[in-house]
Amino acid sequence: MKNRPFLVIFILLGLSFLLSIALGAVTIPPGNVLKILLNKLPWFELEGIWPAYFETILWDLRLPHTILVTLTGAALAGSGASFQGLFRNPLADPYLIGVASGAGLGAIVVMSIPQAGRYLIPIGAFLGGLGTIAVVYRLAKVGKIVPLTTLILAGVAIGSFTSALTSFLMLISDEMILQAMSFLLGGSTVTGWEPIAIALPYFSVGILLLVLSGHSLNVLQFGEEQALQLGLSVERVKIFIIISASLTTAAAVSFSGVIGFIGLVVPHIIRLVWGGDYKKLIPLSILGGGITLLISDILARIVMAPSYLPVGIVTALIGAPFFLWILRRAKKEVFW
Amino acid sequence: MKQNGNPPILQIRSLSANYGDVIAIKDISLDVQQGEIVGLIGPNGAGKSTLIKVLSGVLKASAGEVLINQKEVSTYSPGQRARTIAVVPQARQLGGAFSVEQAVLLGRTAYLGFLGKPAREDLRKVAWAMKQTAVDFLADRKLAEISGGEQQRVLLARALAQDTPVLLLDEPTNHLDLKYQVNLLKLVKKLVKQEGLSVLMAMHDLNQVSGTADRVALLANGQLKAIGSPEEVLTQENILQAYQIEIDTFTHPKTNKHMIFPTE
Repeated sequence: MKNRPFLVIFILLGLSFLLSIALGAVTIPPGNVLKILLNKLPWFELEGIWPAYFETILWDLRLPHTILVTLTGAALAGSGASFQGLFRNPLADPYLIGVASGAGLGAIVVMSIPQAGRYLIPIGAFLGGLGTIAVVYRLAKVGKIVPLTTLILAGVAIGSFTSALTSFLMLISDEMILQAMSFLLGGSTVTGWEPIAIALPYFSVGILLLVLSGHSLNVLQFGEEQALQLGLSVERVKIFIIISASLTTAAAVSFSGVIGFIGLVVPHIIRLVWGGDYKKLIPLSILGGGITLLISDILARIVMAPSYLPVGIVTALIGAPFFLWILRRAKKEVFW
Repeated sequence: MKQNGNPPILQIRSLSANYGDVIAIKDISLDVQQGEIVGLIGPNGAGKSTLIKVLSGVLKASAGEVLINQKEVSTYSPGQRARTIAVVPQARQLGGAFSVEQAVLLGRTAYLGFLGKPAREDLRKVAWAMKQTAVDFLADRKLAEISGGEQQRVLLARALAQDTPVLLLDEPTNHLDLKYQVNLLKLVKKLVKQEGLSVLMAMHDLNQVSGTADRVALLANGQLKAIGSPEEVLTQENILQAYQIEIDTFTHPKTNKHMIFPTE
């Protein structure tokens, strides 16, 4: 398990993906899920007996939902890992440093403009997230470093501010738009294939850029001064990473809302098990984020079935105690 | 390794730099020859670290120029500069999650692409640098798990892997015990002669400077006050002026090195 991280994590991802499609108000046996999925491929013709509505549920509801949840978790954990590396701060998380809330505000602004199409939402979220990180970074910086406390304080303050603006915009919006916005509370209730079609380019580009930045993040772990002396174009790399991570966060927030703690918890577990090499940490966090949000989402669906808890509640319930644990550890951490 | 040592490898000409409105170094000129160690001394705040920061591109000079192999380096990109000047910083608990080998490989950053994938040449250099500094047996250990002296050797290995003509050391013996201090300086001396490097080394211990450096440069208040052999620079007068401390000087009976001792 220690030596085959990608194998382990791919198996877990496959299992949680299947489970997420199978479970819900109507349970589709995982065997049938596999057969229905494989039958879509031209070279499979698997026999099986299941009601026709299984296929409808699977194709129209569960599969797009599961894909969106996977991508969202992957994006949040990936950007969390890279923010942590960039700020050399174990508590950086797109939610805690305010980027997610800023992206949420950007998305809401786009939605409250009646003429703006849904395809503009990720762009609004991206600009919102980027603006927030610029402000938080400036506020948090003390001399040449970004200390843990100021980063979190600035992030929480700016995050609360943008959340308040978001709530205000929602209050003054009319009923119909309000409903469309409710997902921003971390509900992941936007369904169907359209959001995936709109957000997929942002997810793919953002995630790809994050994976590519692994080496630069490694060099940055020795501090900006040494990174520069080792030949890294530090300022350019920082902008590259901030843009990639904000893009990825924006893609996640656009149709799944503001979900906290995934970007914090997942990279930490990966770091504990497989070490701090960002060339591995980033892709493993991305895959691990998919798994973690899938499991949280399954819990959100079954705990109070048939009603569906916002998945943000589940991640916060698990994540907040974890956050406190890391906070206690942060002082004496050697693996960081 | 390098041919003709006639013109100095590192030439610093009338270099000045500020922190905001505060002048940090002013009008410093000095040369370092191939295979030469120049010790940089001076009280805290004299400008030793600032000079290293300017030379390594961390801080911009406000005036003057730096030439390496007769080429002005102020317009160099970080990558170009890192292929001409390597810095050995003080060992600190940084990047503890990396293995020794990974840390030394980061010395090749300026030669690697954006993805950081090492070529065979990079791995060969890394293996060589680890062997030279005797950290090869620690290759897979985490930086957080090794001693301060070993960490300092890893940082030296990382700088060697950078494969540069000029090496800057910033108080490399700080926080090390006597054994590690002496061993590290011996190692630096050996490598400088063997590889023909040009070294500028900031240090606090004046007797160690005297025992290690070919020439000594004394900074005070951001200015170069004296430069020359240890005997020429480490005089009662110079030290009193720079440090406000009375000393005696003598020649060590065994090593024949110029030594100082505070008499206050």
